[in-house]
Amino acid sequence: MEDYQIAMKTVKPLKMEGKLIVVEGIDGSGKSTQIHLLEKWLGYKGINVFKSEWNSSEMVKEITSKGKKKGLLTPTTFSLLHATDFADRYERNILPLLRAGYFVLADRYVYTAFVRDIVRGCNPDWVRKVYDFAIKPDLAFYFKVPVDIAVDRILVGRPKLKYYEAGMDLNLSNDPYESYRIFQGRIIDQYDSMAEPEGFTIIDGTLNIEEQQKTVRKMIMPLLPHQTSSKKIRKVKA
Amino acid sequence: MKHKQRELGGRPVEFYGHGINHLQDVEIKGRLIVIEGPDASGRSTQIERITARLEADGHAVLNTGLKRSELVSKGILEAKQDYDLGRKTLALFYAADFADQFEYKIIPALQAGYIVLADRYIYTLIARNVVRGLDKRWCHNLYGFAIKPDLVFYLDVEPSVLIHRVFQKNLSLDHYESGADIGLSNDMYESFLIYQSKISREFHLMQKRYGLIPINGNRTVAEINADLQHRIDQFLDKVMHS
Repeated sequence: MEDYQIAMKTVKPLKMEGKLIVVEGIDGSGKSTQIHLLEKWLGYKGINVFKSEWNSSEMVKEITSKGKKKGLLTPTTFSLLHATDFADRYERNILPLLRAGYFVLADRYVYTAFVRDIVRGCNPDWVRKVYDFAIKPDLAFYFKVPVDIAVDRILVGRPKLKYYEAGMDLNLSNDPYESYRIFQGRIIDQYDSMAEPEGFTIIDGTLNIEEQQKTVRKMIMPLLPHQTSSKKIRKVKA
Repeated sequence: MKHKQRELGGRPVEFYGHGINHLQDVEIKGRLIVIEGPDASGRSTQIERITARLEADGHAVLNTGLKRSELVSKGILEAKQDYDLGRKTLALFYAADFADQFEYKIIPALQAGYIVLADRYIYTLIARNVVRGLDKRWCHNLYGFAIKPDLVFYLDVEPSVLIHRVFQKNLSLDHYESGADIGLSNDMYESFLIYQSKISREFHLMQKRYGLIPINGNRTVAEINADLQHRIDQFLDKVMHS
């Protein structure tokens, strides 16, 4: 594993025993379902798995949600609070667990910050440098779905969209649903432009769940511990 | 007093780095003056006195400082107490706090023609991060959204003098301000001295890059005040006559 772009001096090329697998895509692309199945599969195989979700650090969550409720966040503070959340999970869990040999599954990673912050108008170079301490994943899956399908999946049984979720802070439309559609469309554009340079593995998110999972697992097979280490796996299982 | 009726001139903002998109075309009329310096260097006393003087001279003054944002200031204090935060996490947390105040307090006040007197700015935050081993380029990029102040003073106090002022003020040494979180020494006293000289060294390195004006902080409050006030008066005199 190589350090993402310019590594920070404190993170000298560290030996990573574990593997980092990332899923990306807009809300309703089905990525969380896929990572859930992946987690179960790896766990069943006796592999040490840890899943980390975007915006889930206990410490930061309270503040972000307070700011979101009050509508106080600017693109810069929105970006920095999410970076704080990421850094906390990265320093506390992701990095040490990778060092310890875990399979770390990240439901959204730095790419989510890149796409969202850039759509919100943050400087792309600035955002990328803010996150340049994060290591590059072994595999990054991008679940690609047309905006209408994803939006329909999300809106089923959801009477109301939240302010920032709908991208209302961008003044795209006064109608939250319309705003959401435009916002998600722009995020897809960002993901698409990033797919090749970042080496995303693109998964067709319109296929059925089983088919998608099959492709995902096939890609992960080469990362699994080989025969030589099968003893270790058996030991964990027993 | 004689320039009371004259307005400070308007001008576009100048950012350190990429800046903030929606502020690129903002025009500000006020002036941003920063006083930097370690804890117990006498910053707040100086800011109080300068504020009183500037207000007496007819200027509208806004005071700002670190850890005062509506959004995160309480969060930082709580998080420091409840969790053992990583260095990057804390660095980003402080940046969010600064950004919130920057966009909601500093910029609007400058637009409205205030003199903003900042009790510390990005330099303390950068120095702390660098001393804690974070990459310099990363730290400087992080604050690329901030604007260049008109004046930045740095109260330079010998660590050995500083430590006595800290004891006079608090009777104990602060954990972070002594660098106790980075394991410099088992002896708090020694840790403080090492940490403060490291911070001071970073400030000296930033002096040229950011045009910081070092102020000899080993003197008395009155002496330092006279020095600062003289420099501020000179500056305001100049901008109001140009």
